[in-house]
Formats: sequence, structure tokens, C-alpha cells
Amino acid sequence: MAEQITLTIYRYNPDKDTEYKQQTFTIPYHKDWSVLDALNHIKAEVDGSLSYRWSCRMAICGSCGMMVNGTPRLTCSTYLNEFYPKEITLEPLANFPIVRDLVVDLTDFMGKLKSVKPWIIRENKKDDEDTSKEYLQTPSEMDKYYQQSLCINCTLCYAACPAYGLHPDFLGPAVIALTYRYNNDSRDQGILERRKVVAAENGVWKCPVVGDCTEVCPKHVDPSAAIQRTKVNSAVGWFFSRLQGKK
Amino acid sequence: MEVFSHDILIVGGGGAGLRAAIEIAKSNPSLKTAVVSKVYPMRSHTVAAEGGCAAVLKEDDSYDLHAYDTIKGSDYLADQDAVEAFVRDATREVIQVERWGCPWNREDNGRIAVRWFGGMSKKRTLHAADKTGFHLLHALFQTSLKYDVIKRYDEWFASALLVDDGKIGGLLAYDIRRGEFHILTAKAIILCTGGVGRIFYFSSNAGIKTGDGAAMAYRAGAPIKDMEFIQFHPSGLIKTGILITEAARGEGGYLFNNKGERFMEKYAPTKMELAPRDIVSRSIIQEIRAGRGFDGTYGSYIHLDLRHLGEAKIEEKLPMVRELCIDFAGMDPVHEPIAIRPTMHYTMGGVHTDKDGKTPIDGLYAAGEGGCVSIHGGNRLGSNSLAEIMVFGARAGKSAADYAAKTKPASTDKLKSLAKQEMDRIEKRYIKTNNGKERIGAILSDLRKTMDEKVGIYRKEGELSEAVQAVRKLKERFNNIRLTQQSKVFNTELLNAMELDNMLDVAEVVALGALNRKESRGGHAREDYPNRDDANFLHHSLAYQTPQGPRMEKLPVTITKWKPEERKY
Repeated sequence: MAEQITLTIYRYNPDKDTEYKQQTFTIPYHKDWSVLDALNHIKAEVDGSLSYRWSCRMAICGSCGMMVNGTPRLTCSTYLNEFYPKEITLEPLANFPIVRDLVVDLTDFMGKLKSVKPWIIRENKKDDEDTSKEYLQTPSEMDKYYQQSLCINCTLCYAACPAYGLHPDFLGPAVIALTYRYNNDSRDQGILERRKVVAAENGVWKCPVVGDCTEVCPKHVDPSAAIQRTKVNSAVGWFFSRLQGKK
Repeated sequence: MEVFSHDILIVGGGGAGLRAAIEIAKSNPSLKTAVVSKVYPMRSHTVAAEGGCAAVLKEDDSYDLHAYDTIKGSDYLADQDAVEAFVRDATREVIQVERWGCPWNREDNGRIAVRWFGGMSKKRTLHAADKTGFHLLHALFQTSLKYDVIKRYDEWFASALLVDDGKIGGLLAYDIRRGEFHILTAKAIILCTGGVGRIFYFSSNAGIKTGDGAAMAYRAGAPIKDMEFIQFHPSGLIKTGILITEAARGEGGYLFNNKGERFMEKYAPTKMELAPRDIVSRSIIQEIRAGRGFDGTYGSYIHLDLRHLGEAKIEEKLPMVRELCIDFAGMDPVHEPIAIRPTMHYTMGGVHTDKDGKTPIDGLYAAGEGGCVSIHGGNRLGSNSLAEIMVFGARAGKSAADYAAKTKPASTDKLKSLAKQEMDRIEKRYIKTNNGKERIGAILSDLRKTMDEKVGIYRKEGELSEAVQAVRKLKERFNNIRLTQQSKVFNTELLNAMELDNMLDVAEVVALGALNRKESRGGHAREDYPNRDDANFLHHSLAYQTPQGPRMEKLPVTITKWKPEERKY
């Protein structure tokens, strides 16, 4: 008999279930299959009712994050051979409300994303219209924010963040990293507007510096470092604004 | 079923859709605009574009040169007036998105950097490392958040256009999260739904690329154009078809056969590895057929070698290539050549539009890969598509806004009755199929196999007829599907069934268009008709839906100042 692997998948269908349950699937083992390949096999061949999100299957769209044996991972780039012959347990991303099976509710994250004004803010609103020439930005200026611009919004860092688990109002790692990305872009002038959100009660100060966000980030955005640097900048910014008599 | 009223709806939240939405919000903020997307916008497949975005930016370049390269690349099937408009607007658009935060790579002096790309006679491809689509999409999405007038229906699937007396009135949309169908009214609709790559198995395209807009427009009576022109990208990773960007060659990578020869010197001595994609893909197949490929578990392949570029350059210019190779092929291009073979990559055809995105149905517009203006003709040049989504997203947005501002909405009663008819169709076709036996997974798998085997890089009469017949059989099988569940919340099985229905409609036109076009042009290569035939085929193909299947018509190509000539590189 061909080699097989067992996946235990958390199932929940609000149309009929009152609580979560586990379902076990034993399928052919292919050493070059990703966990997502296994899910697609199950959906096409075994149980069409299984729901999960996926799209690009090349680790850039950010859709297919799940808890794989308790750790938030992108399932398209996590392979069965990392676990075989052990079983794999798949759960929806932790810390989010569950919509169905492996699909979580991203409403809160999407709202937080918008709340920090993740776009170029200019004092002169007309700057946006002027396409007669590009802004200049040297490679070293770009280096100051580039790493934080690589976030794919996969929300693995929220699933890993103990603070977000305890305080759902916490802005969270990816959104603060994005704030850092715009604040440190030489083209942007919006740092004070964003500080009202990131330095407020549910901003950077809720972060206990555990660093799990950086650990699980598939794109090496290092949200933890962005948060700690934002703390320093906010404190220094606050101090100088007091010296200058501003609020 | 509820009714939600809008002035303009944009279907699809990728680069074209978001650019259109921003254009409308800026040009006429009084219009009620919404983006309807089956995925959160930042998941759209624009995110996966890698190598860059073409525009005339540097002093040594000119609009005429970019236009000529594009037209020659298209094998003279592009409409030249549209190309002229495109190259002019592209320059403004790449600077506009720079103002919106796109991190284009820079020269030391702070100016935007450009790189070589296939078929381009100048360095004119702007890039954000090799994650250009990702950065563009996120810049556009995040900028769109600035405009409160842009409402979003995230994870809503547009199932049908509601057309009243030849005019757009709205659409029926499926709220995936709640499992409910609702009417979204609109005076104008812009389809920005991308291509139909998933009808092929070996493809670089995301799972969401199911040709929804083309199918929806086709069913509503609009023609779809040039669907037989499918682009195969030379460098797909051998197991999965995942894309390795053309920028790998733009930055100096070589292609080698098993004799250690840079074989492109036989096929395109001037441009070598940087010939257009159709030519490089065919050259790779020729090498493999002649026994000069490598053989492995996943079939034959050739080598893309980047080792001589060195780790520093690969890290700076091609970091995603390295990530993809490590994550999806288990090798590091710094130390080993990459095993590649051509992968289905792009749909040149789409919903027929003019250069302002307008289709023949009043109020219906299309832009991006899902539309067909046509600026790509028979073969798209690499890095023209990211420019296209912004240029034609903006143009379609502007013209839809002008149209919507002076148009009255359709009557709600009429829309409700149209929606009811559509709802009856959906119930009968997808939901109440208790006697059905066919699994959608099996039909999809057979469709992809058929398209790979019979409508691939090299095509011929017999196989193409078989493909048309095979797709028609699959459509019959689809009439007998059975879904395993009736539940409402996030029922991706129902969603996948509607997508597959779209794919089957479009695949039939792809195969039939390829059968009818008895010549070789751009990405359409017929072994039985190896030459371009301008006397008989210098025209676009339009397909209209009829109960008997697609009705094909011809449409002349617009030629302004570049007369068709032999295409050599």
C-alpha cells in the first residue's frame, strides 16, 4: 500500500454546528505536496464541503494562513514532508473569530489597517495630482522603510501575538509595521496624524515585546522591531512636542 | 434578496479595478462607487506580478519606440491607436503610483531605475525588486482606503450582469460569507476580473483566475475578443508552473540546453534570451523535442542559469526568484541553475472594448487582463501588463464616471424581475441538483488536462477539434453536477461550481478561436499553418454567445503608422 498521511482538521459550519469538531482525513502521502495541495486534494476528491481560503499558492497573496500543528503558517509553502510520518493538525488562525472551518473573520484587521492611514500623506494636498515629475528617493532613504513594506497582510502575526489574544483592541503587529513603513518614507508627512493612533491606548504600548510576530512572519517584516522603534520615536516625539509647547 | 444602490460598480479589486475606483473617486466624488471582489483586494492576482512595469521615462527613450516594440511584439494584431494612447498614459501612471507610495527601485541619485525586458528596444521597465505587482497592488489598495466614497463588497462574487433593454442596470452578486444573493444596482459596471489561466493545469496563475468577467459579459451578449491568444511564459518552475520572472533574464540570466549551449542564439540572435515570450517558449519546446532538454520526475526542462550574477545582485534585484526557488523547488539559484519549462501565463484576449474601456453594451466597461482593447494583440510584451492595468483602469474609470453622471438608473422592478430569472437559473443549475452525479473537481481536472494537451504552445487542426468537442462534452457533464452540501456560510463548493461554469464557457471560445485561426501569429502557433497570414487573418476574432455555441465574427485591426513586417529578433 502506498504511503499515507493523516490530517486532523477543525470543522465548524454555523448553519448546523453548535460547536467545533475535528475530522480526520487519511490521504496518499506525496513528499513534494504542500499542506495546501493536501487540502485541495481533500476538497476535490474526498469532501467538497471543506472551506478554506487560498489563491496564489506562491506565498505572496497572503490568503492561506492556518495553524499547522499549533503554529501559524502559510499552507502553500509548508510541506507534508516536514511532518511525515507524524499527523498534521490544521486549525483556523488563532485569535480571530471563526466564520467556517478554516476561514476566519478579518473584519477587525481590515478596519485597523485603514485606521492608521496607510497612504502617503502630504501637507500640500495638490502634491498628489502633480505627475509632471517623480519624487526623488535615494536607495538609502528607501532602505529606511523597505523591509516593512513587504507585509502581505497574511495576519499570521496576529495569530501568534499573545497581546492581541488578550486585548482584541490592540492594533497589532502588521498594522503597526505598516505605520512604521509610511512614517519612515521620505515622501510622507503624516507621522503626527498616525501617532494619534499608534501612540494611543491600543497602540504600541500594548505590545509586551514577546517577538512571536517576527518569528512567524513569512516575509521577514520584523514587526516587533518596528513596534519597539515606534515606541522610542513616540516617546521622543512627545517629549519634543512638550518642549515646543504643542499638544 | 436585498437591493443595494450604486452609480458605478467595479468587479474585481486588482490593479485595474482599484485604479478605476480611485479615478472615479477623484474625478467625481458624488458618484456612489463600489468594488465587488470575490477575494479581499490585496489577494488579487496582480500581487503575483514580478518583473516590472513598462513606461517611457528616460531621456534616451520615446513613445514611438515603446509603441513600435509593443506592436511588433503583438505580431501586428494590436490596435495601433490604442497602443499610442497607452504608451503616453503609461508615463503619467507610473509617476502617479510613485506619488501614492510605490517603492520603485532607484538609481543612486534618487531617480527611478529601469531594467531590460523581453522585446523592448530600450531599458524601460520600472520595478520594485521582483515584487512589482505586490508593491503596486498594495500601494493602490492602501491609497484607495483614503477615499471613503469607495465602498467595498469584499468576498462577494458577481454572478450575472443585469441588462435592461441593452443597458446595464446592475448585477446579481453572491455574498460568500453569508451565502446570500443580492441585487447591486449600477448605471455603469467596469469588469476588472483578470484572465482565465486556470483552464490550464500547468499555469502560473492563481486559483481565482477563472475568467468570470469574460464569461459574464459573454452571457450578457457582449463579444469576447481574441481568446485564442494565450501567452506561455518561458520560465515556469517545473513542478508547479509557478513563475520565475523574465527579469531573471533581464538582469543577465542565461538559458542553457543539455549540451551547455545558449540555444537562443539559433532562434533570436539579436535579442537572445530577451526575445519576446512566445518566441522563447517555442524555442524551449524545440530544444526539448530535439532531445536537448533535461529529463526529470516532472518531465523535460531546460536550465535558467543565474549563478554568474552573484549572490549580491540576486538578493538586490531578484530576491523573490530566490525565495520561490527555495520554497517551491528546494534549490538555491545562487548555487544551481533553475529547472524551468514554459507555463501558461496570460490571457491576451478578453471582453472587447475600445480604448476607453467601453464595450458594445451601454454602461458596460472592462479593463486589465479581463478586457481586450487590444494593445497586446497576439503576444504581450513582458512588463506591459502592469502599465496596462493602470492606464486602462484609469481610462475606463473616467469614461464610466462621465457616462454614469448623465444616465438614469434602470427601474428597480425591472431589475428585480431580471434577478429573479437569474436566481431561478442558479437554483436549477447549481443548487437543486439532487439527481446529479458529476463532481466538479473531476470536470475541472479533465478541462485542464484537455487544454494543456490540445490547446498548448503548438497547436494543430485535429487536436483543436478534439478540444472543442471535449469541452462541449464537459459542458454536458456540468449539466449533471451534484454538490455535496446545501449550506450557506462560506460555501466554496457553490462558488467553485459557478467559477467552473465560467471557465467552461470561455474555454470553448479559446479552443474554437484557435481552431478557426489557420495561421501562426504571436502566442498562437499552428504546426499545420506555420506562417502568419495577413491576407486572411490580420483581424481580431469576436465571439458572441448563441444557444448553438459561439458565433465568431471578424474585426479589422487598426493600423496607424506601422505597417506589418516580418517579425525577427
